[in-house]
Order: sequence, then C-alpha cells, then structure tokens
Amino acid sequence: MDQELILELPNDIRSIEHAVEYVTQHCSGCYEYARRFNLNFRVGLTEALSNAMLYGNNSDPEKRVRVEVTVAVEEVSVRVTDQGVGFDPAMVPDPTLPDNISKSGGRGIFLMKALMDEVQFNERGNSVTLVLRFEGEATA
Amino acid sequence: MAFQVSKSGDVTVIDVEGQLIVGNRQELKQKVLDELERGERSFVVNFSETGYIDSSGLGVLVSLSKKIREQEGELRLASLNEDLRTLFELTKLDTLFTIVDSREEALEGL
Repeated sequence: MDQELILELPNDIRSIEHAVEYVTQHCSGCYEYARRFNLNFRVGLTEALSNAMLYGNNSDPEKRVRVEVTVAVEEVSVRVTDQGVGFDPAMVPDPTLPDNISKSGGRGIFLMKALMDEVQFNERGNSVTLVLRFEGEATA
Repeated sequence: MAFQVSKSGDVTVIDVEGQLIVGNRQELKQKVLDELERGERSFVVNFSETGYIDSSGLGVLVSLSKKIREQEGELRLASLNEDLRTLFELTKLDTLFTIVDSREEALEGL
C-alpha cells in the first residue's frame, strides 16, 4: 500500500534541510536503497524546494510551497508546487557547456534531471514532480 | 551544520559539517571573504564530515574560487566522498577545482 505525506512549507530557505530530513524519515523502505536515496533524493528534493522558494515564489515570505510525497513499492514520487506564475524549464541553459561552467548559478534543474529518474513540470511551470525508482541498488 | 575555520601554518582550513546548501551557503561565503579580507590567500575546504551539497553550495564554491584567484590565492577541495565527487563530475566542476583526497594532501605545497 502506498504511503502519502503532504507538507505546506513557509517560503523560507532555512526550512529546506529540515523538510528534506522529515520527508526522508517518512519514507520507510527507502533506506534499503541508501546510496540513491541519500544523494539523489536529498539533493533532487533540495533543488526543487530551492527553485520553488527563490524563483517560483520569488522569495516572497507570504507565499508557501506544497510538497506531496507518495512512496510506493517500486518508487518514491514528490510533487513540489509553488504559488508563482511558472516558468519554461526549456529556457534554462546547459550549465556544463564551456561558456557556463564557471558561472555560479544555473545548475539546479540540471542536477534534478541528472539525479532523479523522472522530472516532469506542469504546463504552467509552477509544479515539478520528481520520481526516484528503487531498482537494482538495494544495499540492505 | 556548521563551518569550522582553523589554521594550518599559512593555510586557512574550513571544515564543512553537515550540508552545504541554499540555506547556509552565505555563511560559508562570508567566512571565506572575511579571511580574504584579513590577508589570507591559501584555502582548503574539507568535506570529510559533509552529507550533501546542492547547486547553491556548488555555486558558492565557484564564486569563492574566482574571488580567491582574483586575489592571487588558491583554493583546494579535500576529502570528497564518492557521492560528492559524483556531483562535481556530473556538473563538470571537477575540471574547475583542485580536488584532492585528504586534508593532509591539500596542505602539501600550499
């Protein structure tokens, strides 16, 4: 049976680490896949929350970020939704190109896509769903 | 999470304990900039006690690297575990930084 968790976070980047740990603790079974979960999931979720707060909600302390987590037998899925107007993720340049590599920003979406198995934005661009599958790397 | 600043001869060593992420990156930046302002030029950031780094954490390291180079200083990154190295490799930042296996190795020749 799937486990579900819904959080409403204040638009405060200081809450991100605690939120990631809270979600992590509520993912029973995830620890069997420690490597992918410790790195990929934590960093992927941190990026999604960071983008939502800083860019989606434009650092507005009055806004909030909704986090919906579903843990199934074969995967964990997290939808992060902000209250902003949305954006076009296709417009974000590749940070690994030579012209971009020494820039200090622009790696968030790249890392999400590199570390998670699926990254889907809604049409408006204010909600992203991250999926990490539990396959082949059980360490328990 | 915390950043511990210590000295080893003329080298400033910053140990990153916990995460280096969007919520605390400015603290690390300010600590290094304060040391640069005091005249320090050789820096090692040690990740032996670090959990994970996000894109903001990587970004602040890029930014600090530039500022240190502008002052004719040097920054080395030490003790990245396999997961953290993966982040640098994925983003190709391993080509931008001097990355060494240990704090001791980082101190050699600085």
